[in-house]
Amino acid sequence: MDVNAEFCARCGTAAAEGDHAHCAVMLASIDPPRFCVECGRRMVVQVTPAGWVANCSRHGERTSTSPSVG
Amino acid sequence: MTASVDTDIIAVAREQVLERGEGLSQEQLLQVLKLGDDRLAELLQLAHEVRMRWCGPEVEVEGIVSLKTGGCPEDCHFCSQSGRFPSPVRSAWLDIPGLVRSARETRATGATEFCIVAAVRGPDARLLSQVREGIKAIREDGNDIQIACSLGMLTQEQVDELVAMGVHRYNHNLETARSHFPNVVTTHTWEERWETLRMVREAGMEVCCGGIIGMGETVEQRAEFAAQLAELGPDECTMNFLIPQPGTPYEQYEVVEGRDALRTVAAFRLAMPRPLLRFSGGRELTFGDLGTKQGMLGGINAIIVGNYLTNLGRPAAQDLEMLDELKMPVKALNQTL
Repeated sequence: MDVNAEFCARCGTAAAEGDHAHCAVMLASIDPPRFCVECGRRMVVQVTPAGWVANCSRHGERTSTSPSVG
Repeated sequence: MTASVDTDIIAVAREQVLERGEGLSQEQLLQVLKLGDDRLAELLQLAHEVRMRWCGPEVEVEGIVSLKTGGCPEDCHFCSQSGRFPSPVRSAWLDIPGLVRSARETRATGATEFCIVAAVRGPDARLLSQVREGIKAIREDGNDIQIACSLGMLTQEQVDELVAMGVHRYNHNLETARSHFPNVVTTHTWEERWETLRMVREAGMEVCCGGIIGMGETVEQRAEFAAQLAELGPDECTMNFLIPQPGTPYEQYEVVEGRDALRTVAAFRLAMPRPLLRFSGGRELTFGDLGTKQGMLGGINAIIVGNYLTNLGRPAAQDLEMLDELKMPVKALNQTL
Protein backbone atom coordinates (compact mmCIF):
# COMPACT_ATOMS: atom_id res chain seq x y z
CA MET A 1 0.00 0.00 0.00
CA ASP A 2 1.13 3.54 -0.73
CA VAL A 3 2.73 4.78 2.51
CA ASN A 4 1.06 8.16 2.02
CA ALA A 5 -2.40 6.69 1.50
CA GLU A 6 -5.21 8.01 3.69
CA PHE A 7 -7.49 5.12 2.76
CA CYS A 8 -7.02 1.52 1.75
CA ALA A 9 -7.50 1.08 -2.00
CA ARG A 10 -9.07 -2.34 -1.51
CA CYS A 11 -11.47 -2.00 1.41
CA GLY A 12 -11.84 1.79 1.57
CA THR A 13 -11.34 2.12 5.31
CA ALA A 14 -8.77 4.40 6.92
CA ALA A 15 -5.29 3.16 6.14
CA ALA A 16 -4.09 3.96 9.67
CA GLU A 17 -6.82 1.88 11.29
CA GLY A 18 -7.08 -1.88 11.29
CA ASP A 19 -4.91 -4.44 9.60
CA HIS A 20 -4.57 -4.10 5.84
CA ALA A 21 -1.94 -6.77 5.35
CA HIS A 22 -4.37 -9.03 3.45
CA CYS A 23 -5.54 -6.07 1.36
CA ALA A 24 -1.93 -5.34 0.43
CA VAL A 25 -1.37 -8.92 -0.66
CA MET A 26 -4.52 -8.90 -2.77
CA LEU A 27 -3.69 -5.52 -4.33
CA ALA A 28 -0.26 -6.82 -5.23
CA SER A 29 -1.66 -9.89 -6.91
CA ILE A 30 -5.23 -9.99 -8.18
CA ASP A 31 -7.26 -6.95 -7.08
CA PRO A 32 -7.26 -3.57 -8.81
CA PRO A 33 -7.84 -0.61 -6.49
CA ARG A 34 -11.52 -0.05 -5.76
CA PHE A 35 -11.36 2.98 -3.44
CA CYS A 36 -9.60 6.30 -3.80
CA VAL A 37 -6.58 6.41 -1.51
CA GLU A 38 -7.10 10.13 -0.98
CA CYS A 39 -10.77 10.27 0.00
CA GLY A 40 -11.96 6.66 0.29
CA ARG A 41 -14.66 7.09 -2.37
CA ARG A 42 -15.60 4.01 -4.37
CA MET A 43 -14.14 4.38 -7.85
CA VAL A 44 -15.36 3.32 -11.27
CA VAL A 45 -12.80 0.75 -12.38
CA GLN A 46 -12.28 -0.72 -15.82
CA VAL A 47 -10.02 -3.75 -16.04
CA THR A 48 -8.53 -4.40 -19.49
CA PRO A 49 -6.38 -7.32 -20.67
CA ALA A 50 -3.17 -5.41 -19.93
CA GLY A 51 -4.10 -3.02 -17.12
CA TRP A 52 -6.79 -1.04 -15.34
CA VAL A 53 -8.17 2.48 -15.14
CA ALA A 54 -9.81 3.78 -11.96
CA ASN A 55 -11.78 7.01 -11.73
CA CYS A 56 -12.55 8.91 -8.54
CA SER A 57 -15.29 11.52 -8.92
CA ARG A 58 -13.23 13.90 -6.76
CA HIS A 59 -9.60 13.03 -7.50
CA GLY A 60 -9.64 11.94 -11.12
CA GLU A 61 -8.08 9.05 -12.96
CA ARG A 62 -5.40 6.62 -11.92
CA THR A 63 -4.14 3.80 -14.10
CA SER A 64 -2.02 0.69 -13.71
CA THR A 65 0.86 2.70 -15.14
CA SER A 66 0.46 5.54 -12.61
CA PRO A 67 2.96 5.78 -9.77
CA SER A 68 1.61 5.17 -6.24
CA VAL A 69 -1.51 3.38 -7.36
CA GLY A 70 -2.57 2.09 -4.03
CA MET B 1 -9.91 -69.42 -16.45
CA THR B 2 -11.48 -65.96 -16.51
CA ALA B 3 -9.58 -62.81 -17.43
CA SER B 4 -8.88 -60.54 -14.47
CA VAL B 5 -10.68 -57.23 -14.50
CA ASP B 6 -8.58 -54.27 -13.41
CA THR B 7 -10.60 -52.18 -11.00
CA ASP B 8 -7.97 -49.55 -10.26
CA ILE B 9 -9.51 -46.36 -11.60
CA ILE B 10 -6.28 -45.03 -13.10
CA ALA B 11 -5.71 -48.30 -14.94
CA VAL B 12 -9.33 -48.28 -16.09
CA ALA B 13 -9.02 -44.67 -17.26
CA ARG B 14 -5.83 -45.48 -19.13
CA GLU B 15 -7.69 -48.07 -21.16
CA GLN B 16 -11.00 -46.25 -21.49
CA VAL B 17 -9.98 -42.61 -21.95
CA LEU B 18 -6.42 -42.71 -23.24
CA GLU B 19 -6.76 -45.69 -25.54
CA ARG B 20 -10.40 -45.47 -26.61
CA GLY B 21 -11.12 -41.76 -26.12
CA GLU B 22 -14.22 -42.41 -24.03
CA GLY B 23 -14.73 -40.09 -21.06
CA LEU B 24 -15.24 -41.46 -17.58
CA SER B 25 -18.74 -41.80 -16.14
CA GLN B 26 -19.95 -39.86 -13.09
CA GLU B 27 -19.28 -42.84 -10.82
CA GLN B 28 -15.80 -43.27 -12.24
CA LEU B 29 -15.08 -39.56 -11.87
CA LEU B 30 -16.02 -39.76 -8.21
CA GLN B 31 -13.42 -42.50 -7.77
CA VAL B 32 -10.84 -40.22 -9.41
CA LEU B 33 -11.76 -37.30 -7.18
CA LYS B 34 -11.39 -39.54 -4.13
CA LEU B 35 -7.89 -40.73 -5.02
CA GLY B 36 -5.31 -40.00 -2.34
CA ASP B 37 -2.53 -37.46 -2.66
CA ASP B 38 -0.13 -40.37 -3.14
CA ARG B 39 -1.76 -41.04 -6.54
CA LEU B 40 -1.93 -37.40 -7.67
CA ALA B 41 1.27 -37.38 -9.74
CA GLU B 42 0.18 -40.56 -11.52
CA LEU B 43 -3.26 -39.07 -12.17
CA LEU B 44 -1.87 -35.82 -13.58
CA GLN B 45 0.50 -37.77 -15.81
CA LEU B 46 -2.41 -39.75 -17.25
CA ALA B 47 -4.49 -36.59 -17.77
CA HIS B 48 -1.54 -35.04 -19.60
CA GLU B 49 -1.16 -38.10 -21.81
CA VAL B 50 -4.88 -37.95 -22.60
CA ARG B 51 -4.61 -34.28 -23.53
CA MET B 52 -1.57 -34.93 -25.74
CA ARG B 53 -3.20 -37.93 -27.39
CA TRP B 54 -6.61 -36.43 -28.13
CA CYS B 55 -5.85 -32.67 -28.35
CA GLY B 56 -2.18 -32.41 -29.26
CA PRO B 57 0.52 -30.19 -27.78
CA GLU B 58 -0.87 -26.79 -28.81
CA VAL B 59 -2.31 -24.39 -26.25
CA GLU B 60 -5.12 -22.03 -27.19
CA VAL B 61 -4.63 -18.55 -25.78
CA GLU B 62 -7.49 -16.16 -25.19
CA GLY B 63 -7.98 -12.70 -23.74
CA ILE B 64 -11.18 -11.33 -22.22
CA VAL B 65 -12.61 -7.95 -21.41
CA SER B 66 -15.67 -6.68 -19.62
CA LEU B 67 -17.75 -4.50 -21.93
CA LYS B 68 -20.41 -3.83 -19.31
CA THR B 69 -19.31 -4.20 -15.70
CA GLY B 70 -21.47 -4.45 -12.58
CA GLY B 71 -25.13 -3.75 -11.94
CA CYS B 72 -26.26 -7.24 -12.93
CA PRO B 73 -29.80 -8.08 -11.76
CA GLU B 74 -28.98 -11.74 -11.11
CA ASP B 75 -27.86 -13.10 -7.75
CA CYS B 76 -25.01 -15.45 -8.64
CA HIS B 77 -23.50 -15.72 -5.17
CA PHE B 78 -19.89 -15.82 -6.36
CA CYS B 79 -20.09 -12.66 -8.42
CA SER B 80 -18.90 -9.19 -7.45
CA GLN B 81 -20.89 -7.77 -10.38
CA SER B 82 -24.31 -8.61 -8.99
CA GLY B 83 -26.22 -5.44 -8.15
CA ARG B 84 -27.78 -7.31 -5.23
CA PHE B 85 -24.64 -7.51 -3.09
CA PRO B 86 -22.63 -4.72 -1.42
CA SER B 87 -19.54 -5.36 -3.52
CA PRO B 88 -17.07 -2.53 -4.19
CA VAL B 89 -17.45 -3.02 -7.94
CA ARG B 90 -19.19 -0.04 -9.55
CA SER B 91 -20.99 -0.14 -12.88
CA ALA B 92 -18.97 0.81 -15.95
CA TRP B 93 -19.23 0.61 -19.73
CA LEU B 94 -16.18 0.23 -21.91
CA ASP B 95 -16.30 2.51 -24.96
CA ILE B 96 -15.56 1.30 -28.49
CA PRO B 97 -12.00 2.70 -28.64
CA GLY B 98 -11.29 0.92 -25.34
CA LEU B 99 -12.68 -2.32 -26.74
CA VAL B 100 -10.53 -1.99 -29.87
CA ARG B 101 -7.44 -1.33 -27.73
CA SER B 102 -8.21 -4.36 -25.58
CA ALA B 103 -8.58 -6.58 -28.65
CA ARG B 104 -5.29 -5.21 -30.00
CA GLU B 105 -3.49 -5.87 -26.70
CA THR B 106 -4.87 -9.39 -26.72
CA ARG B 107 -3.86 -10.10 -30.34
CA ALA B 108 -0.34 -8.84 -29.56
CA THR B 109 0.13 -11.73 -27.13
CA GLY B 110 -0.45 -14.24 -29.93
CA ALA B 111 -3.93 -15.03 -28.64
CA THR B 112 -6.40 -16.34 -31.19
CA GLU B 113 -9.59 -15.60 -29.28
CA PHE B 114 -10.94 -12.41 -27.73
CA CYS B 115 -14.04 -12.69 -25.59
CA ILE B 116 -16.36 -9.75 -25.03
CA VAL B 117 -18.24 -10.16 -21.76
CA ALA B 118 -21.14 -8.30 -20.17
CA ALA B 119 -22.63 -8.67 -16.70
CA VAL B 120 -26.27 -9.02 -17.64
CA ARG B 121 -29.12 -11.52 -17.41
CA GLY B 122 -29.25 -11.33 -21.18
CA PRO B 123 -28.42 -8.70 -23.79
CA ASP B 124 -30.77 -5.85 -24.66
CA ALA B 125 -30.79 -3.88 -27.92
CA ARG B 126 -28.26 -1.35 -26.60
CA LEU B 127 -25.77 -4.02 -25.60
CA LEU B 128 -26.12 -5.92 -28.87
CA SER B 129 -25.65 -2.68 -30.77
CA GLN B 130 -22.46 -1.98 -28.79
CA VAL B 131 -21.19 -5.49 -29.53
CA ARG B 132 -21.98 -5.08 -33.24
CA GLU B 133 -20.20 -1.72 -33.41
CA GLY B 134 -17.31 -3.09 -31.37
CA ILE B 135 -16.74 -6.06 -33.65
CA LYS B 136 -16.92 -3.80 -36.71
CA ALA B 137 -14.35 -1.44 -35.17
CA ILE B 138 -12.03 -4.32 -34.22
CA ARG B 139 -12.10 -5.54 -37.83
CA GLU B 140 -11.55 -2.02 -39.18
CA ASP B 141 -8.50 -1.88 -36.92
CA GLY B 142 -7.09 -4.75 -38.98
CA ASN B 143 -7.42 -7.24 -36.15
CA ASP B 144 -8.22 -10.76 -37.37
CA ILE B 145 -8.61 -12.33 -33.94
CA GLN B 146 -11.60 -14.63 -33.47
CA ILE B 147 -14.36 -13.03 -31.45
CA ALA B 148 -16.24 -14.78 -28.69
CA CYS B 149 -19.04 -13.34 -26.58
CA SER B 150 -20.46 -13.97 -23.15
CA LEU B 151 -23.65 -11.97 -22.73
CA GLY B 152 -25.85 -14.16 -20.57
CA MET B 153 -29.01 -15.92 -21.63
CA LEU B 154 -30.14 -15.47 -25.21
CA THR B 155 -33.32 -15.66 -27.25
CA GLN B 156 -33.24 -17.42 -30.60
CA GLU B 157 -33.33 -14.05 -32.33
CA GLN B 158 -30.28 -12.88 -30.37
CA VAL B 159 -28.43 -16.10 -31.16
CA ASP B 160 -29.07 -15.48 -34.83
CA GLU B 161 -27.91 -11.86 -34.52
CA LEU B 162 -24.61 -12.94 -32.96
CA VAL B 163 -24.06 -15.48 -35.74
CA ALA B 164 -24.67 -12.71 -38.29
CA MET B 165 -22.07 -10.53 -36.52
CA GLY B 166 -19.50 -13.27 -37.04
CA VAL B 167 -19.21 -14.31 -33.40
CA HIS B 168 -17.15 -17.46 -33.41
CA ARG B 169 -17.83 -18.92 -29.99
CA TYR B 170 -20.32 -18.23 -27.20
CA ASN B 171 -19.47 -18.66 -23.54
CA HIS B 172 -22.21 -19.45 -21.09
CA ASN B 173 -21.20 -21.35 -17.99
CA LEU B 174 -23.41 -23.82 -16.21
CA GLU B 175 -21.27 -22.84 -13.19
CA THR B 176 -21.82 -25.94 -11.06
CA ALA B 177 -23.66 -29.23 -10.79
CA ARG B 178 -27.35 -29.11 -11.52
CA SER B 179 -28.11 -30.34 -7.98
CA HIS B 180 -26.04 -27.51 -6.44
CA PHE B 181 -27.12 -24.69 -8.75
CA PRO B 182 -30.12 -23.53 -6.63
CA ASN B 183 -27.67 -22.88 -3.77
CA VAL B 184 -25.62 -20.61 -6.02
CA VAL B 185 -28.23 -18.77 -8.11
CA THR B 186 -31.92 -18.23 -7.36
CA THR B 187 -32.91 -15.72 -10.05
CA HIS B 188 -32.75 -18.17 -12.93
CA THR B 189 -32.37 -21.89 -13.41
CA TRP B 190 -29.69 -24.26 -14.64
CA GLU B 191 -32.15 -25.40 -17.29
CA GLU B 192 -32.48 -21.85 -18.67
CA ARG B 193 -28.72 -21.78 -19.12
CA TRP B 194 -28.79 -25.18 -20.81
CA GLU B 195 -31.44 -23.90 -23.25
CA THR B 196 -29.21 -21.01 -24.35
CA LEU B 197 -26.36 -23.46 -24.92
CA ARG B 198 -28.63 -25.67 -27.02
CA MET B 199 -29.60 -22.75 -29.26
CA VAL B 200 -25.97 -21.63 -29.59
CA ARG B 201 -24.91 -25.11 -30.67
CA GLU B 202 -27.75 -25.49 -33.16
CA ALA B 203 -26.94 -22.11 -34.68
CA GLY B 204 -23.41 -23.25 -35.45
CA MET B 205 -21.42 -21.23 -32.94
CA GLU B 206 -18.82 -23.07 -30.91
CA VAL B 207 -19.96 -23.73 -27.35
CA CYS B 208 -17.80 -22.69 -24.42
CA CYS B 209 -19.17 -23.86 -21.09
CA GLY B 210 -17.67 -24.57 -17.72
CA GLY B 211 -17.94 -23.26 -14.23
CA ILE B 212 -16.37 -22.45 -10.91
CA ILE B 213 -14.85 -24.95 -8.53
CA GLY B 214 -14.99 -24.21 -4.80
CA MET B 215 -18.52 -22.90 -4.27
CA GLY B 216 -19.40 -25.30 -1.48
CA GLU B 217 -20.12 -28.23 -3.78
CA THR B 218 -19.42 -31.73 -2.51
CA VAL B 219 -16.95 -34.01 -4.21
CA GLU B 220 -19.96 -35.96 -5.50
CA GLN B 221 -21.28 -32.75 -7.06
CA ARG B 222 -17.94 -32.07 -8.73
CA ALA B 223 -18.20 -35.49 -10.34
CA GLU B 224 -21.82 -34.75 -11.27
CA PHE B 225 -20.83 -31.43 -12.82
CA ALA B 226 -18.02 -32.92 -14.90
CA ALA B 227 -20.38 -35.63 -16.16
CA GLN B 228 -23.05 -33.06 -17.02
CA LEU B 229 -20.54 -30.97 -18.96
CA ALA B 230 -19.41 -34.10 -20.80
CA GLU B 231 -23.04 -34.74 -21.72
CA LEU B 232 -23.29 -31.20 -23.11
CA GLY B 233 -20.17 -31.83 -25.19
CA PRO B 234 -18.70 -28.31 -25.29
CA ASP B 235 -15.97 -27.29 -27.72
CA GLU B 236 -14.32 -25.58 -24.78
CA CYS B 237 -14.69 -26.05 -21.06
CA THR B 238 -13.58 -23.19 -18.90
CA MET B 239 -12.33 -24.02 -15.39
CA ASN B 240 -12.54 -21.22 -12.86
CA PHE B 241 -11.64 -21.49 -9.18
CA LEU B 242 -13.52 -19.35 -6.71
CA ILE B 243 -11.98 -16.04 -5.76
CA PRO B 244 -13.95 -15.10 -2.62
CA GLN B 245 -15.15 -11.64 -3.58
CA PRO B 246 -15.66 -8.94 -0.95
CA GLY B 247 -19.32 -8.18 -0.34
CA THR B 248 -20.66 -11.38 -1.88
CA PRO B 249 -22.26 -14.28 0.01
CA TYR B 250 -19.11 -16.32 -0.69
CA GLU B 251 -16.74 -13.73 0.73
CA GLN B 252 -15.67 -16.02 3.59
CA TYR B 253 -15.22 -19.18 1.51
CA GLU B 254 -11.77 -20.74 1.54
CA VAL B 255 -9.77 -20.84 -1.68
CA VAL B 256 -9.71 -24.42 -3.03
CA GLU B 257 -6.69 -26.36 -1.81
CA GLY B 258 -4.12 -26.75 -4.60
CA ARG B 259 -4.01 -30.56 -4.68
CA ASP B 260 -7.82 -30.76 -4.75
CA ALA B 261 -7.83 -28.27 -7.60
CA LEU B 262 -5.27 -30.30 -9.56
CA ARG B 263 -7.24 -33.50 -8.95
CA THR B 264 -10.32 -31.71 -10.30
CA VAL B 265 -8.49 -30.51 -13.42
CA ALA B 266 -7.36 -34.06 -14.14
CA ALA B 267 -10.86 -35.42 -13.51
CA PHE B 268 -12.36 -32.92 -15.95
CA ARG B 269 -9.86 -33.99 -18.60
CA LEU B 270 -10.74 -37.63 -17.99
CA ALA B 271 -14.42 -36.72 -18.33
CA MET B 272 -13.81 -34.82 -21.58
CA PRO B 273 -10.78 -36.07 -23.54
CA ARG B 274 -11.20 -33.80 -26.58
CA PRO B 275 -12.44 -30.25 -25.77
CA LEU B 276 -10.26 -27.30 -24.95
CA LEU B 277 -9.90 -27.28 -21.17
CA ARG B 278 -9.16 -23.70 -20.26
CA PHE B 279 -7.41 -22.44 -17.14
CA SER B 280 -9.43 -19.37 -16.19
CA GLY B 281 -10.20 -17.11 -13.24
CA GLY B 282 -8.76 -17.92 -9.86
CA ARG B 283 -5.84 -19.96 -11.13
CA GLU B 284 -3.30 -17.45 -9.83
CA LEU B 285 -4.73 -17.55 -6.31
CA THR B 286 -5.45 -21.27 -6.20
CA PHE B 287 -2.39 -22.69 -7.92
CA GLY B 288 0.41 -20.14 -7.78
CA ASP B 289 3.24 -20.41 -10.28
CA LEU B 290 4.17 -24.01 -9.58
CA GLY B 291 0.57 -25.22 -9.53
CA THR B 292 -0.13 -23.46 -12.81
CA LYS B 293 2.66 -25.47 -14.44
CA GLN B 294 1.36 -28.65 -12.85
CA GLY B 295 -2.10 -27.88 -14.23
CA MET B 296 -0.67 -27.34 -17.69
CA LEU B 297 0.96 -30.76 -17.30
CA GLY B 298 -2.24 -32.26 -15.91
CA GLY B 299 -4.79 -31.92 -18.68
CA ILE B 300 -5.12 -28.20 -19.42
CA ASN B 301 -4.64 -27.09 -23.04
CA ALA B 302 -5.98 -23.52 -23.09
CA ILE B 303 -5.50 -20.43 -20.95
CA ILE B 304 -6.79 -16.93 -20.50
CA VAL B 305 -3.85 -14.56 -20.53
CA GLY B 306 -3.69 -11.12 -19.01
CA ASN B 307 -6.40 -9.79 -16.73
CA TYR B 308 -9.90 -11.07 -16.12
CA LEU B 309 -13.17 -9.14 -15.90
CA THR B 310 -12.74 -7.51 -12.50
CA ASN B 311 -9.57 -9.19 -11.23
CA LEU B 312 -5.99 -9.08 -12.39
CA GLY B 313 -4.09 -12.05 -13.79
CA ARG B 314 -0.43 -12.71 -14.32
CA PRO B 315 1.19 -10.61 -17.01
CA ALA B 316 0.65 -12.34 -20.37
CA ALA B 317 4.40 -12.46 -21.01
CA GLN B 318 4.87 -14.60 -17.91
CA ASP B 319 2.38 -17.19 -19.14
CA LEU B 320 3.87 -17.21 -22.62
CA GLU B 321 7.32 -17.80 -21.13
CA MET B 322 5.90 -20.68 -19.13
CA LEU B 323 4.42 -22.25 -22.27
CA ASP B 324 7.75 -21.86 -24.03
CA GLU B 325 9.52 -23.50 -21.11
CA LEU B 326 7.01 -26.38 -21.17
CA LYS B 327 7.50 -26.69 -24.95
CA MET B 328 3.81 -26.13 -25.55
CA PRO B 329 3.31 -24.15 -28.76
CA VAL B 330 0.61 -21.48 -28.87
CA LYS B 331 -2.10 -22.49 -31.33
CA ALA B 332 -2.00 -20.36 -34.45
CA LEU B 333 -4.97 -18.35 -35.65
CA ASN B 334 -5.44 -20.32 -38.88
CA GLN B 335 -5.93 -23.59 -37.02
CA THR B 336 -9.46 -24.68 -36.27
CA LEU B 337 -10.82 -27.16 -33.77
